[in-house]
Amino acid sequence: MNNRGRGILRRSASHKSAVVGASILLFFAILAVFAPLIATHDPREADVSARLKGWSADHYFGTDGVGRDIFSRIVYGSQVSLKVGIIAMTLSISAGALLGILAGYYGGWLDNVIMRLMDMMLPLPSILLAMVIVAILGTSLTNAIIAVSIVYIPQYARILRAAVLKIREQDYVTAARVIGASDFRILWNAILPNCVAPLIVQATLGMGEAILIAAGLSFLGLGAEVGEPEWGAMLNENRQLIRRAPWTVMTPGIAIFLTVLGFNLLGDALRDVLDPQLKR
Amino acid sequence: MLTYILQRLLSMLLSLFGVSLLVFFMVHLIPGDAALAILGERATEEALTELRQEMGLDKPLYHQYGAFLWNLAHLDLGRSFKTRQPVVDEIKRHFPATVELTIAAMVFATLFGMTAGIIAAVNRGKFWDYATMFGSLAGISMPIFWLGLMLILLFGYTFPILPSSQRLDAVLDLDVQHRTHFYLIDTLLSGNLTAFRSAVSHLILPAITLGTVPLAIIARMTRSSLLEVLNQPYIVTARAKGLPERSVILKHGLKNSMISVLTIIGLQFGYLMSGAILTEHIFSWPGLGSWLRASVEARDIRPIQGGVLFVAAVFMTVNLVVDLLYTYFDPRIRMGENA
Repeated sequence: MNNRGRGILRRSASHKSAVVGASILLFFAILAVFAPLIATHDPREADVSARLKGWSADHYFGTDGVGRDIFSRIVYGSQVSLKVGIIAMTLSISAGALLGILAGYYGGWLDNVIMRLMDMMLPLPSILLAMVIVAILGTSLTNAIIAVSIVYIPQYARILRAAVLKIREQDYVTAARVIGASDFRILWNAILPNCVAPLIVQATLGMGEAILIAAGLSFLGLGAEVGEPEWGAMLNENRQLIRRAPWTVMTPGIAIFLTVLGFNLLGDALRDVLDPQLKR
Repeated sequence: MLTYILQRLLSMLLSLFGVSLLVFFMVHLIPGDAALAILGERATEEALTELRQEMGLDKPLYHQYGAFLWNLAHLDLGRSFKTRQPVVDEIKRHFPATVELTIAAMVFATLFGMTAGIIAAVNRGKFWDYATMFGSLAGISMPIFWLGLMLILLFGYTFPILPSSQRLDAVLDLDVQHRTHFYLIDTLLSGNLTAFRSAVSHLILPAITLGTVPLAIIARMTRSSLLEVLNQPYIVTARAKGLPERSVILKHGLKNSMISVLTIIGLQFGYLMSGAILTEHIFSWPGLGSWLRASVEARDIRPIQGGVLFVAAVFMTVNLVVDLLYTYFDPRIRMGENA
């Protein structure tokens, strides 16, 4: 690791919210990776004889309406959530970055076409846009992930375009052009490394948002399939039981909240560390 | 000023045209086609052909889009396949419920958000500052659909003091004439105070649920812009000439920090629509969000198209109004004259 990277790490480590946020995320990452070892039951197996049991040594977080173990479902749910966050962000950053860089670097009509297309998506509330995409593609978790990725493309396109526009006029880019570097080389070596900081910040915050929206879609019955251990879908399945068995809806919500809080804490801290100008 | 408004209206019209393209072609992106999506895999070929004809899907694309725009210009958004009602009528019926909820949520969020922001800014670096800032980060991270369920659990069942679904008690509803579909107004117009109180109490939990995230954002924004303003020389002057701290903060500080706060409040509308879809689902609130969700679930194409266009139009209008309000709070911004 180079000096700059080490400096960033040191500054992050002394930042309280970065530590708290990273710890929360590490905790859920461990849950996700070691789910088969940590879970006490099969998350999908219904056991009618153990319906609606409260918290106990046997079922840490109780059981739901068909007798599935809620603790195990939450543990496996962390796999789903982290998968949603990571895949959705990777897809939208790749697409958004590509569009933003093309628009910013080449400008002209290409810029106009791309950015007008992005503008069209902006006046639509994120969940609504995601719902429309799910309506087109059909209801499933994969489609919900695709929907969430499309929703966030404009954000990244805008960030990258702004960054490229700023950097494009710098002397070192002109110098690279003068010595005959190709467009690709200029973009890859001179421009992209300078866009990384705002992108990391936005991606961290965005992952939390993506998880929140995907869970919301599942809660609306437009995401994960019925019976899958997904936190939002668990809330939707169990919400009719809230009076008889309140524990069925408490823990899945806390899990969503903590994960999103983790990303927000870390993202805020990274913004302070990486991008002092953005500090609010 | 007038030129500026006209310019904005024109660009809004252009954007809406863009969104109309988006929602129109969305129908043609559905694998198979819209008729198949509505009727399902097991539909007979005759039924599919009939529906295709009814929806005009058998005509060439430019013809379909022309008809779509022509109808749009006449405020005709087609009919819902499921309910057989014109989409425009359904929007008219559901929109007031959402507006009522949104306004209640915004009043709650603005009132408490600004108060929290002011308290945090005045106590910068002390306990209340940290408490407010952590609370607001927690608020932003809150899955509101869970928050809503917890509020129902707490105030609907454990301490049953507030109703947790619908807009009014069914019994009282019979005595109320629905002239505007704004229940607070309708119950007052009917002179029925019991019904009015019931409508207010039905509004409380959904409004808190929907208002929590905007509250958190407004609190952060109020704090940071107030802190910025409080460093300005004119605040030092105000203090130096012996104005009471209260008037320094509220009159000189707050008014000048209102612009950024106002922007944030305006931008919350898009979020509120997203949140309303979730909130209405939890509280069985018969608004635009519930209606759109049901339409998406049934893959009922015309309501989705009409609803999306309508929401986009409302969002743009709200943004325009917010921009115009700037001139009141910052007279230095004289729009359109040299822009």
